[in-house]
Amino acid sequence: MAHAYTPGLKVVEKMIITKDRRLPLKGEVMAKVGDIVKSDTIVARTELPGNPELVNIANKLGIEAGEVPKVMTKAVGDFVKKDEQIALAKSFFGLFKTPAFSPIDGTIENISNTTGKVLVRAPAIPVEVKGYIDGKVIEVLPEEGVVVESFGTFIQGIFGIGGETVGEMVMLAETSEDPLRVEQIKDSMKGKVVVGGSLVTIDFIKACQKAGIIGVIVGGIDDYDLRQFLGYDLGVAITGSEDLGITLVTTEGFGKIPMADKTFGLLKKSNGRKASINGATQIRAGVIRPEVIIPLLDLKDKTESEQKEAAQGMSIGTIVRIIRDPRFGEQAKVVRLPVELNVVQSETKVRVLEVELKDGTRWLLPRANVEVIEL
Amino acid sequence: MVKMKKEEIKSILATDCGSTTTKAILIEQVGDEYRLVVRGEAPTTVEAPVEDVTRGVLNAATEVQELAGRPILTADGEAIEKPRKGNKGVDIYLSTSSAGGGLQMMVAGLVKQMTAESAARAALGAGAIVMDTLATNDGRKDHEKIDRIRTLRPDMVLLAGGTDGGDVNKVIALGEIIAAADPKPRLGISYQLPVIYAGNVACQDKIKEILQAKTALDLTDNLRPSMERENLMPARLKIQQLFLEHVMSHAPGYPHLMQLVDDEIMPTPAAVGSIMQRIAHQDNIQVVGVDIGGATTDVFSVFQGVFNRTVSANYGMSYSISNVFADAGLANIMRWVPFDINEAHLRNRIKNKMIRPTTIPQMLEDLMIEQAMSREALRLSFDQHKSLATGLKGVQKERTIADTFDQSSGGETLVDVLALDMLIGSGGVLSHAPRRCQSAMMMMDAFVPEGITRLTVDSIFMMPQLGVLAKVHPEAATQVFEKDCIIYLGTCIAPIGGSKEGQKAIDGTITKDNGEEISFEVNFGDIKVIPMPVGEKAKIKVTPYKGLDMGAGKNKELESTVYGGVVGIIFDCRGRRPLPIPEDRHARIDKLEKWYTAMNMYPTLKVSM
Repeated sequence: MAHAYTPGLKVVEKMIITKDRRLPLKGEVMAKVGDIVKSDTIVARTELPGNPELVNIANKLGIEAGEVPKVMTKAVGDFVKKDEQIALAKSFFGLFKTPAFSPIDGTIENISNTTGKVLVRAPAIPVEVKGYIDGKVIEVLPEEGVVVESFGTFIQGIFGIGGETVGEMVMLAETSEDPLRVEQIKDSMKGKVVVGGSLVTIDFIKACQKAGIIGVIVGGIDDYDLRQFLGYDLGVAITGSEDLGITLVTTEGFGKIPMADKTFGLLKKSNGRKASINGATQIRAGVIRPEVIIPLLDLKDKTESEQKEAAQGMSIGTIVRIIRDPRFGEQAKVVRLPVELNVVQSETKVRVLEVELKDGTRWLLPRANVEVIEL
Repeated sequence: MVKMKKEEIKSILATDCGSTTTKAILIEQVGDEYRLVVRGEAPTTVEAPVEDVTRGVLNAATEVQELAGRPILTADGEAIEKPRKGNKGVDIYLSTSSAGGGLQMMVAGLVKQMTAESAARAALGAGAIVMDTLATNDGRKDHEKIDRIRTLRPDMVLLAGGTDGGDVNKVIALGEIIAAADPKPRLGISYQLPVIYAGNVACQDKIKEILQAKTALDLTDNLRPSMERENLMPARLKIQQLFLEHVMSHAPGYPHLMQLVDDEIMPTPAAVGSIMQRIAHQDNIQVVGVDIGGATTDVFSVFQGVFNRTVSANYGMSYSISNVFADAGLANIMRWVPFDINEAHLRNRIKNKMIRPTTIPQMLEDLMIEQAMSREALRLSFDQHKSLATGLKGVQKERTIADTFDQSSGGETLVDVLALDMLIGSGGVLSHAPRRCQSAMMMMDAFVPEGITRLTVDSIFMMPQLGVLAKVHPEAATQVFEKDCIIYLGTCIAPIGGSKEGQKAIDGTITKDNGEEISFEVNFGDIKVIPMPVGEKAKIKVTPYKGLDMGAGKNKELESTVYGGVVGIIFDCRGRRPLPIPEDRHARIDKLEKWYTAMNMYPTLKVSM
């Protein structure tokens, strides 16, 4: 039977989900194997070295760099407060005294007799890593963090903005084709994640920010609106660090595109549940896609987990989504997988497949231009 | 190092481990010459769940052995059978790599336009992506520089600064900034960041004192020992050595790959640069090469024997396509599109290509838009290249240091498109264009060659493998390059200057080796193609009119040699400096239709969005 490999996004109703929760630097792990953690439980913490400040003492005091160690009133390792004197130069037999002060609270780390600069390092910055998903610690990564395991629904988006956030989901669309409308927003949605069908607009996002809504999950967004949302034209798809008070997860792409039926169905079914979402996207080697995780720990039967991978083979009957014009965004069924190379309209010679669209028409297109949708 | 004697090497497997695909080629001696036998590829496997680059290598080699119809791997499929025994295995195995995003570096120097620029050239020439260049005069405050080092998390830092016998204090101050940042490497948190010091020798002890405890410090010769001299090779070799010892050894599976290869793994761009230099040196010609990928575009040049490489880290045809749009702007993209398109629609299309980078243009209009984008990606990358491929700045007539700073922008670009003999294009959009004339036109529009220039493309992007092979067996690399790698598109003939539309721009004759003579005449504003097959060479006499210049002077006849190719001899009389494209929508579309028809670019031009 004809078979082909094609990439796809993972959309699974019930599966075991594991998340590495790692510190950026080595530190202390706060949880142990077997611990039950919530999304806001601190599982590891460390301290990042504080920001350094270089103070040019030689310049400030009008002396040679080599003289700086002699005029210091504080030594390496001393803690100093902001505006505290750290050096004092005397001239005219001690008649005139010129002091130099610390610009920040911190510790003297280095005194250079070559450049005349003194390095004051601010106190360490505490960094904490939370559980992010409700679940159980199954592994401790010594000095780095933990692996949390959960059971629930896992949905990969295609593109997102903003980092990790957790909130209750509110479904605002009747069908996957419904765009999100500003008048649907209510005060009661503060701190929640809203879900729409085909499109989110800049007006809707701004209204969400005003209403304190922390997340939006939707089929598509126009690039014009994304530019207004970010305040700049996104050049490279590396996102997640934006600090806009809201996380956006699009499941289909740019433009008005109805959310895939399965994704929409799962989100609708999960209305009112707690979701952990992350808009972080990196479309490079080591691709990172945005995600929606809906823990289902209250379900007793965890044996029915589906461990199907979306990035799997494609064969006759597989349902795919067309991911390039023409017919972009439409779902179709694979009816033929010819082995030989075919020339498409652009004269490009490629491997193709034939699909049947919902309206019954058949279409030949490059295999690279579809992705598998699981049903 | 390869232990086998060169003359005993009959069969070679070479791979290039790219970010997404690992490409393997099998080269064998056939009669007196070395030829490409087959090529195979497989997805690169540095990411989860495999996280071992050798798996992708073995998969690509498996495809090669299937296509070659003989075993190359050991019986268990876990290694490469070496040396060849009868029908089994190969004599040597070599590899290049840019997987995991390649080598990402920060460089630092005293003056932005002098030692810092030399440091950037050293890093780029070694195959790195330069994430940022720090300099004493870059306008940033110390704390901003420190913050930048901490945020970027490079794979390696190259610290230059100060000519030998020159400034000491400012160089040490740069060292203190790096120490204050206490930088951490990108891959793994358990090893120290490699820092190479290649500055004023007088500062070496002090730099050791400052950086040795916090970084994996290595010292090498000053890369700018005097204002008048750059000495980049020791720093480049040190970068490549540390790349293998520190960076690659922490990438998934690389320690294993290092055991499989018979010579050091080269960073992919360094290998491509090496083959470009070989071509330029061998034929004594001036060369510009480009490799346009999904995420980045590398430009290489060899002018007056000086090799330069730049990488435009955010110009590419898929991952970075949106950045090309952002930097080039809509108007510049539309210059090359022979129909109208709504901007909002175009924006969404481009972003959708970015988030689904592996899709292929199915419709003709999609192909035209992608090829328009490619011209701008190439143009922007070439502009960046020209600004860095310069003569040494700071080489002064006056001898005071004040003048040195004043005249720091005096270094002229070495890139002279009039002197350029050969343009080499590579990368998917150029190598896999449905019609070869499309590749020729994309390069002509982006690089705007002047005078007489040979146009070529790399057939299946095997320059990286040939680059690493050239180190071990130069003759084999050269033979495969000429016979199997390069595709000769033809020769572009383009007079410089402007004239009146429709007036005679040039005329002349082409005289083939067999005595056949072809006369030509081309009007200003036109493109004309005369077919001449690959392998044919001819003498040409061209006379420009109305103040146009072929390189011999205005209205002066030029005699030269032209080479045939799959496209032929292309007379491009559209004008130069600048290439004039009408701003009016209708006039622009009319012009593009005329040029594209002359080049036989597309099956039809009547498309609409």
